[in-house]
Amino acid sequence: MRILVTVKFVPDLQSQRSFTEGAVTRTGDDGTMNELDENAVEAALQLKEAAGEGEVYALTVGGDDAVAAVRKALQLGVDHAIHVSDAAIAGSDVFGTAKVIAAAVRKVHDEAPLDLVVTGMAALDGLTSMLPTALAAELDWSQLTLASGLTVEDGAATIVRHLPDAHETVAAPLPAVVSVTDEANKPRYPNFKLIMAARSKPVTTWTLADLGIPAEAVGAGAARTVVVDASPRPPRENRVKVTDTGDAGTQLADFLIERGLA
Amino acid sequence: MSTVAVLVETRSGEVTQPTFEALTLARTLGTPVAVWIGAAPEPAELARLGVYGAEEVRVVPAGDDARVPAAAAAALGAATQDAAVVVMVSTFVNKEVATRLALATGAGVVVDAAGAELVDGHVETLQTVFAATWNVRTRIAAERAIVAVRPNTTQAIAGETPGAATLVEVGAELPETREAIVAIEPVPAPEGVPLAEAPVVVSGGRGTNGDYTLVRELADVLGGAVGASRDATDEGWISHEHMVGQTGTTVTPALYVACGISGAVHHRGGMQASGTVVAVNIDPDAPIFEIADFGVVGDLGDVLPQAIARIHEHRAG
Repeated sequence: MRILVTVKFVPDLQSQRSFTEGAVTRTGDDGTMNELDENAVEAALQLKEAAGEGEVYALTVGGDDAVAAVRKALQLGVDHAIHVSDAAIAGSDVFGTAKVIAAAVRKVHDEAPLDLVVTGMAALDGLTSMLPTALAAELDWSQLTLASGLTVEDGAATIVRHLPDAHETVAAPLPAVVSVTDEANKPRYPNFKLIMAARSKPVTTWTLADLGIPAEAVGAGAARTVVVDASPRPPRENRVKVTDTGDAGTQLADFLIERGLA
Repeated sequence: MSTVAVLVETRSGEVTQPTFEALTLARTLGTPVAVWIGAAPEPAELARLGVYGAEEVRVVPAGDDARVPAAAAAALGAATQDAAVVVMVSTFVNKEVATRLALATGAGVVVDAAGAELVDGHVETLQTVFAATWNVRTRIAAERAIVAVRPNTTQAIAGETPGAATLVEVGAELPETREAIVAIEPVPAPEGVPLAEAPVVVSGGRGTNGDYTLVRELADVLGGAVGASRDATDEGWISHEHMVGQTGTTVTPALYVACGISGAVHHRGGMQASGTVVAVNIDPDAPIFEIADFGVVGDLGDVLPQAIARIHEHRAG
């Protein structure tokens, strides 16, 4: 079983997140591997362990700091780490990013065929959930997205997809791009041995030239959407907080009645 | 005026409220036409689409095979070749359909939009990000635009002059997809208004200790839907469909009442753009109070019954 997991470097959820010049501010100080990617790493490791053989790659795209995302994946137990970094990638939209990741996936696939690419269900900065679909389309591989359950056997993958109106079971031949939800599994914690081992593991670095992608095909210039304004929302004003001394329920109801909400 | 196509969402054969919101938004961007993928609509549903301004209802006959995103995107593409803008409701599935359609047409896409307008011939959208702590305006630079809009962010208003809602059948051969749907297990429709569309949401978290009686009662009194935190769905106290949060349902009701919910960032990301936020929690340091317009530090068992009684009393009086 050969699996590649995509991981993203995002601002820590607890940090003061912001925009700089129309893009999400990403710095090494308060950045981390996207939490939902832990479910993707876990799914890949479990499949490899169940198969009793195989290799798991973690791949990230981003500036120098983004290497922290694949380092985290190494700590969790993946075998190889790849960091695609090139100044020309900055400002890419989801389609540019998918093009870069697809080229990197093909490069690994050409060395020895991959069975799966596994991703998280969304990145907790942009939350668009579009990348897994764009990647599957770009690769022309099967698309099995939003998997709450995943099984692989006989050259096909089967997932369970929890949608608001129905739970679907969907099957498709390998190779496939699978995105897993946070219901899919419970991610493991890195143990001391893996943390130590991850320090000395090499990270392969590729540029656009290594992937055969012309700089003008990606980046801000090729993006179909442009952020023209980003500003912090004003905090809620005139907030009231009361401690119940016997009539707080009545006060709450009166507040709703006053606002025409009850 | 250019054609703006709106993908129709249905529930048990009936057009959903967010579809009418999308049609209302589409009228500000051009001439709206509705796209219906599935079994042919009932005349009453056609008429309702007309009321919200649809000039045409383009029907692409399809069965469950159109649940595969690649097939749905192909069907939508066949029905929207002349559309400068495609508007749809922002759902997990539609985000996938939008992505596929954009790759086929070169369109630029914004999902989770809270609004859209034409500026110098380009569609610009508004979104809230980072758990609704930032506002972002995005210009779609590509010639074609796809906008997936969040429920409850545009008020559905009937058109001044109803659209003709002429039924046009679009003959589209759905492509063979790699993905095959092996089984579909329907989820029973929620009683009342679905969570994402509800004008009022009352949610319960760890502080309920698994007893949703008072949460449901308050939701009933306020005409709202019942939500939950991740803690509560993980405990199995209530089904996953009720989960409000970044990986569950994102809600933007006029009123959000958080009962016994601490307000972790995952939860806030799914509700922070709500109109008025009310929180009841026994812990005075719960982060939910940082974003609550009205917060009560107290026991749910004391506060909720008193509030419910007061609302009844007010209505009776």
